[in-house]
Amino acid sequence: MGRRPVVWRGVKGMKDATMTPSTLHDLDVILKTEDIGVEYENGTVALDGVSLDIPEGQLTALLGPSGCGKTTLLKVIAGLVTPNRGTVTVRDTAIDGPGRDRALVFQDFALLPWATVLDNVAFGLRASGVPRKVRHETARHYISEVGLSGFEDKYPHELSGGMRQRTGLARALCVQSDILMMDEPFSAVDEQMRRKLQEDLLELLKVERKTVIFVTHSIEEAVYLADQVVILSGRPGKIASIVRPDIDRKGDVDVIRRQPHYVELVDEIWGSLRRYVE
Amino acid sequence: MAANAVATFGANAPGEAMADTLKTHSTPTILNWQTLANSTLAWRTLSFLLVFAIWELGSLTGFSIAFPRASEVSLAIWHMLMSGELAIAYADSLPPLLTGLTITVFGGVIIGVSIGLARGAEWFLMPLLVILQTAPVSAIIPMLTYVYGISDTSKVVAIVILGLPLVALNSYKGIQATNKSLLEMSRSFLLSRADTIRLVILPSARKMIFAGLRLGVSGAFIGIVLAELLITPTGIGDLITYNRSIARYDKMFAAIVSILALAAITLSLLQWVEDRLFGVGSKE
Ligand SMILES: Nc1ncnc2c1ncn2[C@@H]1O[C@H](COP(=O)(O)OP(=O)(O)OP(=O)(O)O)[C@@H](O)[C@H]1O
Ligand SMILES: [Mg+2]
Repeated sequence: MGRRPVVWRGVKGMKDATMTPSTLHDLDVILKTEDIGVEYENGTVALDGVSLDIPEGQLTALLGPSGCGKTTLLKVIAGLVTPNRGTVTVRDTAIDGPGRDRALVFQDFALLPWATVLDNVAFGLRASGVPRKVRHETARHYISEVGLSGFEDKYPHELSGGMRQRTGLARALCVQSDILMMDEPFSAVDEQMRRKLQEDLLELLKVERKTVIFVTHSIEEAVYLADQVVILSGRPGKIASIVRPDIDRKGDVDVIRRQPHYVELVDEIWGSLRRYVE
Repeated sequence: MAANAVATFGANAPGEAMADTLKTHSTPTILNWQTLANSTLAWRTLSFLLVFAIWELGSLTGFSIAFPRASEVSLAIWHMLMSGELAIAYADSLPPLLTGLTITVFGGVIIGVSIGLARGAEWFLMPLLVILQTAPVSAIIPMLTYVYGISDTSKVVAIVILGLPLVALNSYKGIQATNKSLLEMSRSFLLSRADTIRLVILPSARKMIFAGLRLGVSGAFIGIVLAELLITPTGIGDLITYNRSIARYDKMFAAIVSILALAAITLSLLQWVEDRLFGVGSKE
């Protein structure tokens, strides 16, 4: 399979892997939400006026207290929830539902229990009209890319939480969309596996040029992984602030996690979040 | 190719260890208690023999003359098979039974699935099905004579009334119980409605549908026996009534056992169809 050259995070116009732009103006915005408002049928206002720019080729983390509308925002962007007001545009085209340009990794994995890993992953391509053989070939490629080779014929109930998560990820990668969305991708696994999956994700994204939007409860995870951390406040969900961590990710993981800048940021975000929790 | 340089995402994850444990369940080469205990046929034979023995011993105490020994009943079955009595009775009972079963199975699934898929039909058909399922429907079976007379039609209607609502209701519930998250996932991957039904909704409802079919088939057998006992004294029902009236309890039980056996065979057939369609022991 032909691959594009490896560019750190695949950010357009950036040759130097160590360079991280600190202003949004340098970057192309691939996805934009404008004044999104969502009110559920039972009267819950989940989101109120959320406007957000997602820079192309970067990782954006959605962070906030439980129930503040993170999943809702992700589903609006995925086209699964139609907002009562506001628009989502991808490359300046307003969306009206799910599309090939976006793929979602579900929090509860949403795997078909009666289908094997291979069939579950290939399921993502079901609607694309490609023949079965090609679907399976593509699926096998991404199964190996997420490190599940050898498990093609296993059923979801034979897999650990982390492996199910990878299956869901492989399925989303399969459709080769530009935007990858993940809802609390590492919440179902233990701390050790979580670290491992985080590293693996960063490695994977060096190869797969993707714009990633992920929801997380963990400040450390957001600061460690994301180029842009969007902090939401609850009831109704609004953007409280946006932080661009600018972490130098070269070198040893443990050293990075002990960087003063990293620790400061975590504290700062924790400080601002605490206000909304209380 | 850069792809080869890709981090093998979690190559040394705990997953590997699991693959080995999965493989250790190898089958022993000699026939031992383990394999015997796993064989459903062995269990079935055992439970059959147990029931037979208890019946035999129980009736030896002679607590009722209307309760013949298991061995007598077996003998009666043999004689009735040879004399053609059973064949004649089933020639009457089988055609309406088959018609009724077909309507119950296919009609029930189609109705249940359609109501489950089309929100509009729900309010229209559901109350009727719930009433048919919960009301003592057998009470209205004698009334069928007024409408259809003493005919095969009455039998078919009795079967369908007792069987179809169970199939339809369970199919409906199965469709409704489809995991919302799977539906959302299908939508996010742009699956068409037809494919979503075929690849997600029906497979997920399959267990409930087949559970309903088993109940419906049992209901259908109750229907045919009731109809033949209560309205049209023909076929197997007549064989039961007649032999009771002349106090040939061995033959009466023989007729009852024969219809139970037929019901059991039909249910096994259903299981076979399910296994054929979805693979033996297909995964949860
Ligand atoms: N389908 C729904 N119908 C009604 N209310 C809903 C629905 N889904 C979510 N809500 C409500 O909307 C609000 C935001 O929910 P959402 O799931 O987006 O929060 P979240 O930030 O993802 O929370 P968590 O961190 O616990 O996953 C909550 O108050 C929730 O109760
Ligand atoms: Mg959530």
